[in-house]
Amino acid sequence: MRKFVGLGLAAALAFSLTACGGGDSADSGSKEAAAGNDAAAETTTAAGNESNDAALAAEGGAFKIGVIGPLTGPAAAYGIAVQNGVDLAIKEINAAGGVNGAVLEMNSQDDEHDPEKSVNAYNTLKDWEMQMLVGAVTSKPCIAVAAESANDNLFQITPSGSAVECAAPENVFRVCFADPAQGTASAQYIGEHKLGSKIAIIYDSSTEYSSGIRESFVAEAANQGLEIVADEAFTADTNTDFSVQLDKAKDAGADLVFMPIYYQEASVILKQASDKEFAPVFFGVDGMDGILSVENFDTSLAEGVMLLTPFSATEEGSKAFTDAYMAAYGIEPNQFAADAYDAVYAIKAAAEEAGISPDMDASAICDAMKTAMTEITIDGLTGEGMTWDAAGETGKAPKAVKIVNGVYEMQ
Amino acid sequence: MNKKKVRMQNGITYGIVVGCWILVQIMDKTGHMTSLLRGILVPLCMYSILAISLNLTVGILGELSLGHAGFMCVGAFSGAFFTKCMENVLPNLQVRFFLAILIGAAMAGVCGILIGIPVLRLKGDYLAIVTLAFGEIIKNLINVMYIGLDQNGFHFSIKDTMSLGMDETGVVIIKGAQGITGTPKASTFLIAVALLLITLLIVLNLIHSRAGRAIMSIRDNRIAAESIGINITKYKLMAFSISAALAGVAGVLYAHNLSTLAATPKNFGYNMSIMILVFVVLGGLGNIRGSMIAAVILTLLPELLRGLNDYRMLIYAIVLIVMMLFNSSPKAIELRSVLMERFKKGKEPAAKEEA
Repeated sequence: MRKFVGLGLAAALAFSLTACGGGDSADSGSKEAAAGNDAAAETTTAAGNESNDAALAAEGGAFKIGVIGPLTGPAAAYGIAVQNGVDLAIKEINAAGGVNGAVLEMNSQDDEHDPEKSVNAYNTLKDWEMQMLVGAVTSKPCIAVAAESANDNLFQITPSGSAVECAAPENVFRVCFADPAQGTASAQYIGEHKLGSKIAIIYDSSTEYSSGIRESFVAEAANQGLEIVADEAFTADTNTDFSVQLDKAKDAGADLVFMPIYYQEASVILKQASDKEFAPVFFGVDGMDGILSVENFDTSLAEGVMLLTPFSATEEGSKAFTDAYMAAYGIEPNQFAADAYDAVYAIKAAAEEAGISPDMDASAICDAMKTAMTEITIDGLTGEGMTWDAAGETGKAPKAVKIVNGVYEMQ
Repeated sequence: MNKKKVRMQNGITYGIVVGCWILVQIMDKTGHMTSLLRGILVPLCMYSILAISLNLTVGILGELSLGHAGFMCVGAFSGAFFTKCMENVLPNLQVRFFLAILIGAAMAGVCGILIGIPVLRLKGDYLAIVTLAFGEIIKNLINVMYIGLDQNGFHFSIKDTMSLGMDETGVVIIKGAQGITGTPKASTFLIAVALLLITLLIVLNLIHSRAGRAIMSIRDNRIAAESIGINITKYKLMAFSISAALAGVAGVLYAHNLSTLAATPKNFGYNMSIMILVFVVLGGLGNIRGSMIAAVILTLLPELLRGLNDYRMLIYAIVLIVMMLFNSSPKAIELRSVLMERFKKGKEPAAKEEA
């Protein structure tokens, strides 16, 4: 029997290893994985810098800011970007004299993109006496952490948790758009600018991000007089061949294809569409950001693709940030890093508005911050004149960009 | 004589659990508890229950199952579904949670029987593959399922929330890949420990009962067992479905410990099934106490290693390999017994001197 179990276990292990390998290459390109390693190396240096900050903190005290995100596993690219964004913003703020005379101190914990682990990460940070939280990075862990932080009345701002429930408790604010807001905004943009009338949708039904955006897009499309001629789903298991979906869209005579998906899959779709000589307008959302950096992807195929994104690394306003980020971490920042950077500056603005000091306890800070957040207006990387309502949602206009000659061009 | 020994061994197992509970209470009162430890208590009990229940299938019945997370998934979703549906009918959370545990266990148990009837005809690796597939089917089914509730009753769809066709009073309960959100946090350490003790009670009593001996005889020699008139199918099904029901209980605990529940590969996929199997194999096949301890150690380890930052998962894997070698490689066992003997020899003269 033991022999059988051993054999079975070995087989299962081998199976899971190959499966993991497959998942990895699908989720994040090898380039990004390498970049992740670079960033991980940076993290260790960042950890070394913490002690410097602590020494600096002697006079004014230090606000303890926790970060929760996936630093390992297939979603690590997002978590590391957020960690870097927070780190960069904190360094800048501390160098410029801190917040209310106090410095900011960061501690980031890995949640492996798992709600259960994110709660453990949250509790670890609580033991560290965290006073404010930036995170969690991904939606599901964010919902789990938000329930805990609401219970403790601890101020939380998520850079990128886009599911509606992420910001449901009143102590949670978010920098990115909620999923439905993106779908609605996309439909409105397409309707107003008359980009197309026969719409095909290709979406990933296995992620809530994609299906959430698609749902609100479909609902709003009816109001905008857009006709949805094809509505095709794929799942994480079938994200390498899209010929069926593209054929259906082509046969239905679609003049615009809406793709609320991540850039990896989008790059494959663009390639296959060009092989089929199918050239409608391709319209994406913020997950499409990064399409120009996909390895072995002919960027000329992305010519004319439009996407709704809050951040573009090549844009004039984000140049200083992009340069500083590239210098510090060696990779180009994505929108997750920009969201995190904005989150820290929102904390700074609100903390100054509320006049909090590091010797207050987390609950008192949260009460003061909750009101202050609704009173501030900041010009961030992901939007100008960003404000927040009491529900924690941000009010900013989405920017539409078009890829022209291999760079983003603002519309 | 033998009975006495068994009773003592079981007593130690219960004693460990109760002792841990008392220790936690003392630490809590004296303010030595960290938030991390407090947060991880329920998962520790949950993984222990899972390990014990899988040990019933793998160690006692001797069949390799790789779909344990599937049963846990069934329990988690049926339990959380019940608590969400009955929110207005049964306002008392404790009562709802208690019923949810029963429902979760029953649903997982029924699934165990349904899967068991055709599947238990297979042996060894074949059974492992089929249970693996079952776990994946459950996960994928739940990922396409949309269930809503409005004044007219339940609505079901496998497309999206809009095709549910609910009126304005409708609430979506299971939302496809997004799962169930907003499950009340009802799992407490006390309940979790009580469930762990009940699990131990069921499994340990089963092992030392007539049925348990019949189950073990099937494991040891199926032909001999059959020849003396043991109903193989009945006892196999019995062990398998009890194991599934207990996994369902763990699932309900899991669902009510987090406010979000989705069937992702991480929590209900084969990775989880293999993780539970690792607990069982590390703790020792058929060794209930061992699998419980292994579950606790392997769940605590990655959390305690958080200080190591990026090297955490690497160290975790290395520790796992070392522990497996130490526990089961023949050389290590030999070394251990030699050390044990030396330790005893060293002790004996000391004892004599004292006398």
